[in-house]
Amino acid sequence: MPAKLLDSKGVKLENQRFTWKEMVGKPISKLDDDAFTRIRIILMNGIEIDALRLKHAIARFNGELRVPLAQIRRVEQHQATMINWLISADHSPLETTIAYEQVAIEVTAAVAQTEPDPYQAQTYRFGLLEDFDHLYRYSALLDRLEGKDANNILQSYTDIIPGRLTTNHHRAPEDDVRNPYNCRQAALITKIHAAMITAAEYQTHDYYMNIGPTFADPVARQLYAEIASVEEQHVTQYGALMDPGESYLEKWLIHEAMEVYNYYSCVEQETNPRIKAIWERFLDYELGHLTTVKGLFEQYERRDSAEVLGSSLPEFIEFKSQREFVRKVLTDEVNLRTRGTEFVDRSQESTASLEYRRHICSEGVAAEAVSAGYRWHEGGELNTKSDIKSKGETVYG
Amino acid sequence: MDKQTHLGMNRTGIQMSPLDSASLKTIAAEVSPDIGGSSDMAAKLRGKYIADANPIGSVPVPGNLKGLVGTAMEKLTGNDIEVLVDKLGERLAFERTGVRLYDALLAKTSVLEDVSEAMVQSLHRFREEELAHFELAKSILLDLGADPTAQTPCADVAGVASSGILKVITDPRTNLAQSLDALLAAELIDNAGWELLIKLAGHVNHAEWIEKFQLALKQEAQHLATVRLYVENEILRDSAVLG
Repeated sequence: MPAKLLDSKGVKLENQRFTWKEMVGKPISKLDDDAFTRIRIILMNGIEIDALRLKHAIARFNGELRVPLAQIRRVEQHQATMINWLISADHSPLETTIAYEQVAIEVTAAVAQTEPDPYQAQTYRFGLLEDFDHLYRYSALLDRLEGKDANNILQSYTDIIPGRLTTNHHRAPEDDVRNPYNCRQAALITKIHAAMITAAEYQTHDYYMNIGPTFADPVARQLYAEIASVEEQHVTQYGALMDPGESYLEKWLIHEAMEVYNYYSCVEQETNPRIKAIWERFLDYELGHLTTVKGLFEQYERRDSAEVLGSSLPEFIEFKSQREFVRKVLTDEVNLRTRGTEFVDRSQESTASLEYRRHICSEGVAAEAVSAGYRWHEGGELNTKSDIKSKGETVYG
Repeated sequence: MDKQTHLGMNRTGIQMSPLDSASLKTIAAEVSPDIGGSSDMAAKLRGKYIADANPIGSVPVPGNLKGLVGTAMEKLTGNDIEVLVDKLGERLAFERTGVRLYDALLAKTSVLEDVSEAMVQSLHRFREEELAHFELAKSILLDLGADPTAQTPCADVAGVASSGILKVITDPRTNLAQSLDALLAAELIDNAGWELLIKLAGHVNHAEWIEKFQLALKQEAQHLATVRLYVENEILRDSAVLG
């Protein structure tokens, strides 16, 4: 199937139409749908929003492409709407945050294991441990602020324990920039990975920047401010993985192929039939976008799009719990830091980052305040007493 | 729309995935928190912000001092005016939102088959009474020379507090019992609100206001009793269906 997918023409752009009613359909059930259905929804919304972002950036620098860019953007805006509106209103912003971090962990872990470029894979493992830690801090906030158990969202797929302490994520900007792949040598999957993880992190950053100020609690406001800053660093990090030598059209082409790849992965693994039908429809739409962009690429650059895309799609990304991989990375790499583009032991971290951190954390760190002494327990940390009564177990404390 | 509660594939609890849950529980028990202390650390941070916080906002200065001239008004002292304007502004806002809550509930009952005509009529009547209470709060504010279009601090805070009620009732997925339960919370608050206004009117010894507020409270008490009964009936009916 993947081998021939890139040759499919998909649905013609003029036939990619929506009604408001279609876009605003029935949301998923927070309680009954599988967490991986929500993970796919959040990921695909992030990817569509990034599709808009990239195309707006291209349009700023290119007059000739503005009309086709606008045409495809219109469809992608409505795709994003139809996807993002699947999140039901009973998700509190903090519960949605837990889901966003689950996306970052499970998707980045899957990517890290299939990424063929060792440096890029290392970068994903590095970022993974930071999002893993964010999940723990936000879980503490959810429990201690709203009195809710993060595992109601995570459905036991993802561990809730400290990762690389968020305090240590605050680095000097020059220590967040990474080396890019070489567009002439890199595999298509490497290009796809960089584009999709950048998109996901960008979405997370923007989400935190939007909802952070909607919290009344000052600890929550500080925690969102702090982690939004780290997500901006992550956008810097992952964005830097992409080759700056790629042309606008080449980046556009890769983005469309990345969208095809992800919708295809969603189609293959979706368990909710109603949502699967959306993925199938949008896979066909994306193939239509890819066909259009292939034509533009060949028209303007006089190059065969196969030079960039190759002949087949890589194997789909696996949407499943990556618990064992994440634990191994945590054990092996929690003490990694950066110095410029290098990953180094914490003893060799750059002085610029140490100085940056010393100042920005000098009046306290919300990630530490919110999680002091916090240990996840099923049903919340207040639930430990009932265990003693019902099971006679010794409860840690 | 499925009105009844039903058993299904709720995936939120740990019993739904015993293997994954066991793994999660084990590692959470093994790995110690990396930051010592307790939730007191966050409480201290909150304390600093609380000590340094600005208020939500101010009560608007009455723009029309004509309202302040009168025998009853002469008895107002100290912060009486501010408190009255703030709490009347809150009642006004709450009653106005209350009308919208009933509108939202009526939209839901209009598509449900087994809702009695008597219930629909009562909900319509309560809606009209909420609107009348909004008008009552407005008229007293005008008597005080205050601007009834201003959002007072207590009106703002009450809106934040009741925002979840609106969210529950307007969600197409919530059933009648769930929606009525949310409405019950609104009516409980509303009753307490009018009781407080009666005490405030007594404090400034304004007999006419007391009389008007008592009538509003009487109607609100009926809303409360009726909505409470509706909730009980719906829950018991649901329970009977399940049993």
